[in-house]
Amino acid sequence: MTKSFFYQISSFAIALIILTGMILLSGASPLAIIASMWGGAFGTLDQVARVVSTLAPLLLCASGLLFTFTAGLYNLGIEGQISFGAIVAMIPIRLFQDVLPPALVIVLAIGLGGVGGALWGLLAGALNVYGRVNEIFAGLGLNFVADGLALYLIFGPWKKEGVASMSGTETFHESLWLPTLANTDISPISLLLGIAAVVITLVVLRGTHFGLQLRAVGQNLRASYVLGIPSTRQLLSAFAICGSFAGLAGSLQVLAVYHRLIPSVSSNLGFLALLVAMLIGLNALLILPVAFFFSALNVGSLQLPLELNLESSLAGVIQGMLVLFALLGRGLSETLPPQAIRRQIAIWFDKKQTAKG
Amino acid sequence: MEAAQILPILSVAIATSTPLIFACLGETITERAGVINLSAEGTVMLAAMTGFAVAKTTENWGDISLLLGFASAAIVGVLIALVVAFGALTLKQSQEAIGFVLALLCADLSSFLGSNFVRIPGPTVPSFPIPWLKDIPLLGALFFQSDLLVYTSYLLIFLTAVYFYRTRAGLMLRAIGEQPAAAFARGTNVILMRYFYTLLGGALMGIAGAAFALDFKAGWSHRHTAGYGWIALAIVIFGGWNPLRVALSCYLFGILQSLASVAQSTIPDVPTQVFTVAPFVLMILLLVLTSSDRLAILLKRLPPIVSRITTQTIQSIPPAALGKVFEQD
Repeated sequence: MTKSFFYQISSFAIALIILTGMILLSGASPLAIIASMWGGAFGTLDQVARVVSTLAPLLLCASGLLFTFTAGLYNLGIEGQISFGAIVAMIPIRLFQDVLPPALVIVLAIGLGGVGGALWGLLAGALNVYGRVNEIFAGLGLNFVADGLALYLIFGPWKKEGVASMSGTETFHESLWLPTLANTDISPISLLLGIAAVVITLVVLRGTHFGLQLRAVGQNLRASYVLGIPSTRQLLSAFAICGSFAGLAGSLQVLAVYHRLIPSVSSNLGFLALLVAMLIGLNALLILPVAFFFSALNVGSLQLPLELNLESSLAGVIQGMLVLFALLGRGLSETLPPQAIRRQIAIWFDKKQTAKG
Repeated sequence: MEAAQILPILSVAIATSTPLIFACLGETITERAGVINLSAEGTVMLAAMTGFAVAKTTENWGDISLLLGFASAAIVGVLIALVVAFGALTLKQSQEAIGFVLALLCADLSSFLGSNFVRIPGPTVPSFPIPWLKDIPLLGALFFQSDLLVYTSYLLIFLTAVYFYRTRAGLMLRAIGEQPAAAFARGTNVILMRYFYTLLGGALMGIAGAAFALDFKAGWSHRHTAGYGWIALAIVIFGGWNPLRVALSCYLFGILQSLASVAQSTIPDVPTQVFTVAPFVLMILLLVLTSSDRLAILLKRLPPIVSRITTQTIQSIPPAALGKVFEQD
């Protein structure tokens, strides 16, 4: 614990040093950036609300990804699972918005969104398990297919009255929008779903037989198969669970955020959740704080172009750097224990001594 | 369609494909050595930004600014590949994880660092028709009336194919991707060679970025080359990790792209999304067909010659040790 802790802290520090250097080189002041981002994330109630509303889909996706990571899978198809969930969530809205009571339509849309995401995830899973296609490439390919499908719908069958545009489909009636807390962006339902996902993930992965089997499959697929764990079913369930969480996130993007289907409705949330999942390893307890931090970075960075004339993509740079160095630090702690470094330094020091003498 | 209509489609296709040729051959070399460089999307983007920024800043120095642009783009590619190689080969971490993080990180980095170079005119690679050859009917107009970058890509395809299949070093390159233990037993430093080919592939991906920003999609804007890195990864698979087939797949993709723009006006019934999504669907289908045994079973029923030729043309089997950690002691 202490050893890996040491490496984690140092990798964190190195990432921060490099970031500071980069910011200084680009002629900006790191302190001004921190102040501006802090203000951007927590300055007003609206901004805090935006942080919280970005948090909900992130919690869902990161929780789902913990299942696939536990099973040893890189579910890069999560972006497509969000998009497909959003697309499927649109179906009941378009069909029943004038027929059924709004509350029922909302429930249907959320539910079907989850089912859609699960199906898209299962498709990647089936390609992986039965077609022996690497899940990374299957997932990446399916992301583009889902995005293409959304674009096709927006410019084809579901196009706006009059002229189709990149701004998406027609905004649907306000009665179908997820209710928000007093004029802010916070949707209690989204947030509850997100937190429920984290709790379910914690309980299932740590406290159930299924979680144990999933871990066995992830650690050694062959061995778990030989031991009689239904590994195919485990892998497919991991894909389906992750897909359904992502699909829920997609339906929330439609119901609570955009109130219509837009191109690239996933807004890179899936990839951001992948970064969260990679940073925390397999520790579900860390989902909430890390996802909150990443969400605050994203929202806070929107202030940078306004105040400091800097690109808001700095948030992505910070997130990427942290994860990259966490991965490298983890690698260092495995291949290069501190004793080895100390020994190396001692040898080097000895050489210097003998060279002098 | 008549020849007069097809010619512009094909020449647009070649122009679209050229940067991808560099990126895909780079990735092919890296993957044949057993390393996946998943950072392609970020590498191409950051290299495009760097190449454009350097060429723009040194614009007054004359033609050398272009060379500097390409060189700096290649260096960016090498540096990113170095991180992948260090993480994957020295620290033995997941190549996919590190490559993926770099893909996102470098894309954002390109937006952050390149904000001063957005949408301004910059130097571009001048056209350079080859004397005599350019006058050959049809072929001349298609292949020999472009610029040095395009000719370099032809040469690169040829050289990579020859290197892979006709030289001893190429044999070793394939060996460290297929049977690293055997290659090591024969005295090859597998890790060192993998470092070398990862960096070489990274350099080519960097050049691909510059090829976009200084030639085929001249200039720089927010996420200027978005999508091309992922497409490059798909094309390498579609091309079955064989340089000639990878190059052909690049051209096929180029034709699809230029058809997409034509189709919009001539056959409006077909949604244009079909053309952008097609490469990925084709890649997945091909992978399903060839990685499972179904194709082999199907082909056994055909006459041997037919089945052999089909297998050679569409088989897509990854290098056996691709993405796997090799313990070299």
